[in-house]
Amino acid sequence: MPLLMKRHSVLPGFGLAAGYTLLYLSLIVLIPLAAMALRAAQMPLGDIWKLLTDPRVLAACKLSFGASFAAAFLNMIFGLLVAWVLVRYSFPGKRIVDALVDLPFALPTAVAGIALTTLYAPNGWMGAALKPLGIKVAYTPLGVVVALTFIGLPFVVRTVQPVLEDLDREIEEAAASLGATRFQTFTRVLLPAVLPALLAGFGMAFARAIGEYGSVVFISGNMPMKTEILPLLIMTKLEQYDYVGATAIGVLMLVISFGLLFVINALQRWSGARAAAH
Amino acid sequence: MAHAHVNKRSAAIHESAIVRWLLTLAALGFLTLFLLVPLALVFAQGLAKGVVEYWNALKEPDAFSAIKLTLLAAGIAVPANLIFGIAAAWAIAKFQFAGKQLLVTLIDLPFTVSPVISGLIYVLLFGLQGWLGPWLDEHELQVIFAVPGIVLATVFVTFPFVARELIPLMEQQGTDEEEAAILLGASGLRTFFRVTLPNIKWGLLYGVILCNARAMGEFGAVSVVSGHIRGMTNTIPLHVEILYNEYNFAAAFACASLLAFLALITLVLKSVVEWRTQVEPNSKSAQQPDQIETEGLPV
Repeated sequence: MPLLMKRHSVLPGFGLAAGYTLLYLSLIVLIPLAAMALRAAQMPLGDIWKLLTDPRVLAACKLSFGASFAAAFLNMIFGLLVAWVLVRYSFPGKRIVDALVDLPFALPTAVAGIALTTLYAPNGWMGAALKPLGIKVAYTPLGVVVALTFIGLPFVVRTVQPVLEDLDREIEEAAASLGATRFQTFTRVLLPAVLPALLAGFGMAFARAIGEYGSVVFISGNMPMKTEILPLLIMTKLEQYDYVGATAIGVLMLVISFGLLFVINALQRWSGARAAAH
Repeated sequence: MAHAHVNKRSAAIHESAIVRWLLTLAALGFLTLFLLVPLALVFAQGLAKGVVEYWNALKEPDAFSAIKLTLLAAGIAVPANLIFGIAAAWAIAKFQFAGKQLLVTLIDLPFTVSPVISGLIYVLLFGLQGWLGPWLDEHELQVIFAVPGIVLATVFVTFPFVARELIPLMEQQGTDEEEAAILLGASGLRTFFRVTLPNIKWGLLYGVILCNARAMGEFGAVSVVSGHIRGMTNTIPLHVEILYNEYNFAAAFACASLLAFLALITLVLKSVVEWRTQVEPNSKSAQQPDQIETEGLPV
């Protein structure tokens, strides 16, 4: 059966709309992505393995995963807190705060990058305050975590917020009338209800962080083996005209992000099923 | 007695005032530290050397050509993805066909790909080392390290924005109204403009706003294909990077403040559109009464 076999409908324009969609999608997205995968497939497997197990690539991999995990985890904790406060409490300026949560989606990553770097540089507003405590942020892995926390901030808030809004307060009342303390109600009733959304938000923040480039290049200092992330390594290889190396890392990242996409989709379906069951 | 019972009940499903205060302070503190302070810093640094220097940084020829290129790239990418978004949403939301779910997933692909890879795939296709590179070179056409590459990369990273807003919206609205219009003898185009478009206008605007913000601010993908030729292939974000790396911080932040200002406008427009869809009588959210009790903080 052909991919696009439509059932009869009185509405016109299916052929044109579907045809244009497929053509445009293929030209802009599918063919270029497939071309990169094909290029990698033409390389001997041994070469790819050697390229990807190079100590510098492994170090970048470790930093990318470690910093992304730390940032997504921070965002999970604070994202839940922000969503909770926005849904349950009221305070002056709440609408503005709610709108501002999306700032990392709207602010270009390069702007975020230079702002955070200037802020956390040893002579910056935050950097100077942290210096007496012996904490260095800019040009260290901690700086990478700060940048990735910024760009991933809206994800958990925006996945958890609607779930909290739809939550039936009667369940909490039932828990309370059965003798649960507020803390017990939170950990035993509320937390399990928002858990799928929380994990989906975590996954999205993590996936976004793995691929992030613009905000990190400024604050990380880009020292090989120390503060170099995977996307930056692709950039470096391209600047050295090492197209083979760039392709190998590119395909590795593509595989990682497809894997994450699969997990996130599963979590969202779980979250949707949870919401429907309530 | 009844009064005491109510108090006890409310204590069990509400947090105590002190906990509410602490949680709100912690949340606002986190947002201030990670959002407000960096945003304020962009404007403070941009204006650090005074308004005259700020203005000079913006009207300098390289900055001006970067602004022009950014407007050009967004001016092509946004309409292109708008037309695609409408076509894709029409096919997916109004018709039943096999492979629909796969198509939706494929449309979302550019969001899951790292910006650097979004640039890399075009370098591998159109660059001198790429498959089409030698042919393009023979015909004296340049895509990579030139304007077409920048436009292509921008189109790629903003690809799903309009489509992913419209598809769920049009699916939810169903096909009854359009079918009625067609059966009453309206043409397809007339049906679209008179029936469908008024129903989706806010969602469409929402998608366009987000698409435009990303198009003007994209850095990673554009950086890979641009070649950073001053005054030629620099967009505003790339110009900001060059100025910053030259330690010309005041000018870098002046240009960055332009983008930060655009981001703020985007957030305002986005909130306005969200608010409009909530008051619009036939939108979904308006039909749900506001069931959430909000608790006032003790003043």
